[in-house]
Amino acid sequence: MDYSIKIGGEAGQGIQTIGDTLAKVFSKTGYHVFTHQDYESRIRGGHNFFQIRLSNKPISASRNKIDILVALDKESILLYKNELSEQGIAIYDSSALRQKYEGKKLLDVPFETLAVEHGKDRIMANTVATGAVLGMLGLKLDILFEIINDIFRKKGEDVIKGNINAVKAGYDFASKNCTDCSFSIKEPAEESLMLINGVEAIGLGAISSGCKFYSAYPMTPSTGILNFMSEKAEGYGIVVEQAEDEIAAINMTIGASFAGVRAMTGTSGGGFALMVEGLSLAGMTETPVVIALGQRPGPATGFPTRTEQAELMFVLHTAHGEFPRLVFAPGTPEQAFYLTNKAFDIAERFQIPAFILFDQYLADSAWTFRRFDLSKIKYNDYRLRGNDFKKLGSYKRHAFTDTGVSPLAVPGDARHVVVTDSDEHDEEGHIVEDAETRIKMVQKRLLKKIPLIRQEMSQPILYGADKPDIVIVGWGSTYGVMKEAVDALSPPRPPLIKGGQRGGIAMLHFSEIYPFPSSPKFLHILNKAKKAICIENNATGQFARLMREETGYEFKYKINKYDGRPFIIEDLIGEINAVIG
Amino acid sequence: MPSLDDYKGQMPAWCPGCGNFPILKTFKDAVVELGLEPHQFTIVSGIGQAGKFPHYLKCNTFNGLHGRTLPVSTGIRLANHDMIVIAVAGDGDCYGEGGNHLLHAIRRNINIKLFVHDNQVYGLTKGQASPTSMEEMKTKVQPFGVLSEQLNPMALAVALDCSFAARSFAGDISHLKEMIKESIKHKGFSLVDILQPCVVFNKINTYEWYKKRVYHIEAGYDPTNRIEAFKKALEWGDKIPIGVIYRNNRPAFEERMPIIKDKPLIKQGFDMSKIEAALKGFY
Repeated sequence: MDYSIKIGGEAGQGIQTIGDTLAKVFSKTGYHVFTHQDYESRIRGGHNFFQIRLSNKPISASRNKIDILVALDKESILLYKNELSEQGIAIYDSSALRQKYEGKKLLDVPFETLAVEHGKDRIMANTVATGAVLGMLGLKLDILFEIINDIFRKKGEDVIKGNINAVKAGYDFASKNCTDCSFSIKEPAEESLMLINGVEAIGLGAISSGCKFYSAYPMTPSTGILNFMSEKAEGYGIVVEQAEDEIAAINMTIGASFAGVRAMTGTSGGGFALMVEGLSLAGMTETPVVIALGQRPGPATGFPTRTEQAELMFVLHTAHGEFPRLVFAPGTPEQAFYLTNKAFDIAERFQIPAFILFDQYLADSAWTFRRFDLSKIKYNDYRLRGNDFKKLGSYKRHAFTDTGVSPLAVPGDARHVVVTDSDEHDEEGHIVEDAETRIKMVQKRLLKKIPLIRQEMSQPILYGADKPDIVIVGWGSTYGVMKEAVDALSPPRPPLIKGGQRGGIAMLHFSEIYPFPSSPKFLHILNKAKKAICIENNATGQFARLMREETGYEFKYKINKYDGRPFIIEDLIGEINAVIG
Repeated sequence: MPSLDDYKGQMPAWCPGCGNFPILKTFKDAVVELGLEPHQFTIVSGIGQAGKFPHYLKCNTFNGLHGRTLPVSTGIRLANHDMIVIAVAGDGDCYGEGGNHLLHAIRRNINIKLFVHDNQVYGLTKGQASPTSMEEMKTKVQPFGVLSEQLNPMALAVALDCSFAARSFAGDISHLKEMIKESIKHKGFSLVDILQPCVVFNKINTYEWYKKRVYHIEAGYDPTNRIEAFKKALEWGDKIPIGVIYRNNRPAFEERMPIIKDKPLIKQGFDMSKIEAALKGFY
């Protein structure tokens, strides 16, 4: 069982509400879900879609065929009629669209009329549509009723009742009239699953890591983190401040961290460009900060609401001077959750800036998971505070040590003063000009720390054959689609090739990018493969360049997509097949 | 009780005769008189001659970037509002590079004490015009004189309803000391613009120039009257008022932020057991 549902319409018509609600119904029922969104940079009008895939097996990307299309505008029918699968059906409301379509793949469902008749309000047309989709699939309604109860609890009995009647009306209409509907829904394989998207997972990872301060300037696709943190501010004691600009955001974050709390900021490429000077400040003052950087297509304003992986080189090389930094690029919301935690831990332990590099595709895509394991969350307070700080005979913020890591004290907790400087400084933190101190500080701040941080970096994930002929390589948000491509291209029963012959296809996925993980194992796999293909959502192959820079390995084959849209499974498989020949 | 000995710092790298010397000395006197100990406050400074200020005494110090004193200070205050935070900047730093932050720090009314060492010229970069340079000033970069109008920090502060706005003069240290003390005692954002000669690069606004013009604001003046304050703020030229130009009782940002109303953020622990509830929200 593997169905895709697409809801298309203008901005402001509520396609996200329908999509979110359906996805929630499926995940609560125990089906695996993958959603992805495509929207324009506008609040009303234009054309957007929300795509949901559901299955009784784990899934991790979108397919190019649609089984149910909910068309809230004419554009949806025009654009997606040809995407309908063999059994695919589009539903629409001819009175709302002022157009009647012929053909057995197009079912006219009077969303608005049913909403007025049964819900007593035209506003419930989308609720009718939601019910109709469930009617077409033949799914039970009780979970949707639960959700409606939760959403409208504050609005009172009448609103709840109206919505429930609207759902039933849509459901009954579709059950009765969709004579060509031939969907067969299997029993869910799971209990209720959690449904979470990339930005929520980053936010959840942050609060699970004891993040107490978040400052940002709103910018797609990172605004979701700002929203999440604000929503959790009261319950979890987090100060969230919308800064006047990104320069202020990162400097506030640095100030809060200097004062003694875990602090984070988030932005996208253009905003990050403004933060760059502050990044260097965090490097020089050895102030731990976590920066969530959501990529979207540039240059300049680019495609504000779309996706691209073109800021890898930017994040690695930007900011004046040399200092250590950590870059993680999660491939799934689950990875985003754990890696955000790891970023907080390493940032504070080594007193460096740490990045969560994501993109619009990961930000807005919701996945299902059984659970996130909180016992895997690491929380060590590396700061020197309270009595431990008071007990010291003397204190130097930037003291020379074997590891390069100096004690990070909380100012005000003891009579010692905490001093740091964006100028080159001595162990105490005071401004200096001499060459000798400079050399020792660079060694302490940078050269001693980097090998220690590198030891913390995990190897890439190898998925598929263990001695593959074909290796597809990627980083960040392409994880899910590459994994599905490997599944699709693997023989139904992989031959046992342990210790024996080579063959098959595998994926190498990098989510811990910098310091680049030490290499022998994955380099061996790449060198032994007949063909290794680097797959990236950018034009120039930035990760391929990083691989060459760090290991000397040069990819002969690359698949690059730079239309601002994510890879879709079938399209990627086609491109891989073209390379394999 | 703290003494001046507690505040010994590095040897200043300022030019002989620099207006920063009396400000440094007066600042130390003021904090000693207030009974403040070096660990009880943090100075956040930027870049410029004023940026070096905290190295020449002893206290918690964050010497950050040019123009960015206020956002760093804001972060510190939001994380720990038991810590007194003093931002020290020059006129270029605060009114030029960091102008946007000044507007918004005043709006927030975050409890930061901002001391601007306003010498009406760029010192560290050797003599270019600053936002407060007077129009007749000619420099290597402004050979035709300064063509932009001189920024009026006091008028700006009054316009933005800044909760404490004062002007003082490095050549009148008893006045300066009072302004510093008042500012530190004030609850809310406070801007003290300190007129200060640059003996090397500013040949117009010299000690003599200021001494002829500055006068103490008269005793009967009501700094809570915003309209009168605006009139006072506009005085510049033959007579330059020093003293508290404007003040109000707007509650500070820290008092209005519910999360930290009762307890500074750094004193609030992290309770991992509460995360399970957040996870449940995703089912």
